[in-house]
Amino acid sequence: MARLRQLALVLALPVALLALCWLLLADSTSFYAPPLRRILAAFGPTWAPRWASEDASSIALLVIGYAGAVVAGVGLGIPLGARPRLRAVFEPALELFRAIPPPALVPAVKLVFGWGPATNVLVIVSGAVWPVLLNTIEGVRAIDEVLADTCRCYGITGARRLYVLVLRAASPQIITGMRQALSIAIILMVISDMMVGSSGLGFTILEFQRGFSIPEMWSGILLLGGLGVVLSLVFRGFEAVALRWYHGLRRPQRGDA
Amino acid sequence: MTPLLDVRHVRKVYDGHGRTVEAIRDLSFSCAPGELVCIVGPSGAGKTTLLKCVAGLLAPTGGEVVLGDVRVDGPPPGMAVVFQEYGRSLFPWLTAWDNVALPLRQRRTPPGELRRLVDGALGEVGLADVHAAYPWQLSGGMQQRVAIARAIAYEPRILLMDEPFAAVDAQTRADLEDLTRSLWRRHAMTILFVTHDIDEAVYMGQRVVILSASPTVVLEDLAIDLPGERDQLATRSTPRFAELRARVYARIQQAKQRSTT
Ligand SMILES: Nc1ncnc2c1ncn2[C@@H]1O[C@H](COP(=O)(O)OP(=O)(O)OP(=O)(O)O)[C@@H](O)[C@H]1O
Ligand SMILES: [Mg+2]
Repeated sequence: MARLRQLALVLALPVALLALCWLLLADSTSFYAPPLRRILAAFGPTWAPRWASEDASSIALLVIGYAGAVVAGVGLGIPLGARPRLRAVFEPALELFRAIPPPALVPAVKLVFGWGPATNVLVIVSGAVWPVLLNTIEGVRAIDEVLADTCRCYGITGARRLYVLVLRAASPQIITGMRQALSIAIILMVISDMMVGSSGLGFTILEFQRGFSIPEMWSGILLLGGLGVVLSLVFRGFEAVALRWYHGLRRPQRGDA
Repeated sequence: MTPLLDVRHVRKVYDGHGRTVEAIRDLSFSCAPGELVCIVGPSGAGKTTLLKCVAGLLAPTGGEVVLGDVRVDGPPPGMAVVFQEYGRSLFPWLTAWDNVALPLRQRRTPPGELRRLVDGALGEVGLADVHAAYPWQLSGGMQQRVAIARAIAYEPRILLMDEPFAAVDAQTRADLEDLTRSLWRRHAMTILFVTHDIDEAVYMGQRVVILSASPTVVLEDLAIDLPGERDQLATRSTPRFAELRARVYARIQQAKQRSTT
C-alpha cells in the first residue's frame, strides 16, 4: 500500500504534464509544435525500423563509455584515495582536467580518433569519469580507521581486503558518483552523436530537424527521455541492492533485532 | 615461566602538525601464557596507544614488544583484538555470521571447520539466533559480543581488549565481564584487558598493571589474589576486593597529587 502511494506520487506530475501537453496541443496547427497524438503516431514507424541500427548502436556506445568511465574512475580513485602523497601530486592536474567541459574535447578527440565509434566512447568516458573518480577518492579516503585496523589484525589483505573493505566502504560515495556519471554519459552520448557521428540517436534527431520532419524529431526527444527514465530506474534498483546495508545503517536505530 | 608477551621500555611519541605528544613515557610488563592481565589507567593515559603498539598497529618510538620469541613489527598471527569502538570494528555490510567468518575465510579454513567454529563462537557468546542480522540491527552489547565471537573463532594465542565494555549499560557490562572470564577459562587464552574502570580491572584480572596519567609509566604491577571463581555480587562484596580496589585507587590518586604539586 505504501509502495503504491509512493508510485502514485512519483508518477503524478509526469502524467499531469503529459496530459496538459496533450490537451494544449490537441488542436495545434503549429508546424513546430504538432499535437502530441501525431508525435506518438510517428513514434512506432520512426523507430521500429531503426531499432537495430541507430538506437542500439548509441546505447551500446553509451554502455561501453559508461562502463569505461566507472572502471577507470574506480580503478584510479582507489590508489589516489589510499595514498595522500600520490593525491598531492595528481590532484591539481585532475582539477584542471575536470574543469574542461567535455563537449569542448570533441574536436580534439575527433582529430585524433577520426569519425569512428572510438571517438564517441572517448567523449563519454572523458566526461563521465570525473564524478566517479572524485567520489571514489573521497570514499576511499574516509574509510574507517578502526575497520582498517581490524583488517590488519586479522591479516585481511590483497583481493579480499579490496572487496570486503575498500570497495564496500567506499560504495556509497562510488555509487553517488556513478549516478552523476550516468546522466552526464547520456548527455554526452547525444552530443557526440550530433557532433561526431553519421549515425546514432542524436544524429538521427538532428537529421529529422534539418529535414523538417518535426513529429519524428519530437518522437526522438521523447525516446531519449524514456531512455533516461529507464536507465535511472535500473540504476535505482542496483543501488537499492548494493547499498541495502547503508540505508539500513542510516535509518534511526531500532534497538534489539 | 617465560612470558608470552613482553613489553620492554615502550615509549611512544606522536609527532605531527607541529605538536608532539608523549603518550607513553616508559612501560614495561609481561604476560605469562594463559594469564588474564588488566591494564588500568585514567582516560588519556595512552592505553589505546599501548594496545596498538602491542598489536603491531603502531610502531613504538622506543623499546620493543616481544611475542613468543618474535619482536612485533606488524600485526602478528595468532593475535586478536577487540576494539574500544565496537560499532566501527564490525563490517556493516556483512551479517554477524560473515563478520565472524571473515578472518577464517582469509585463513582458508575448510568450509566444514569454518561453519563449526563460527556457529560455536556465536553460540558461546549467546548469539546463536542472530546469524543473519547485520551489526546495525543489533544493540551495542550484542555488537560487542559479535566482536568477541570473531576474536574467539579465530582461536588466538593472545586476545587484546581495549575498554571493550566502556560504552554499554551496567547490567550488560557485568554480563560481558563474566562472559569474557568464562571464555578465558574455557579457551586457555592469554588476555590483555585494558580499562579505565578500577572495579572492572580488579574483578576481571589475575594481575592489574596500574598506569599513571600521561606521560605514562607503570605505577604498580599488582597481583589479584581473589579466588578464580568470581561472582558479580559475592566477589565484589568481599573485604579483599574492597582492599585491592582501594589500593589501586590510592595509587592513582597519589600519582596525580605528585604530578600536580
Ligand atoms: N594519532 C594520534 N596523534 C596524536 N596524538 C594522539 C594520537 N592518538 C592518541 N594521541 C594522544 O595520546 C594520548 C593517549 O591517547 P590514547 O587514546 O592512547 O589514550 P587512552 O588511554 O586510550 O584514552 P581513553 O581512555 O580515553 O580511551 C592522548 O593525549 C591523545 O591525545
Ligand atoms: Mg582508549
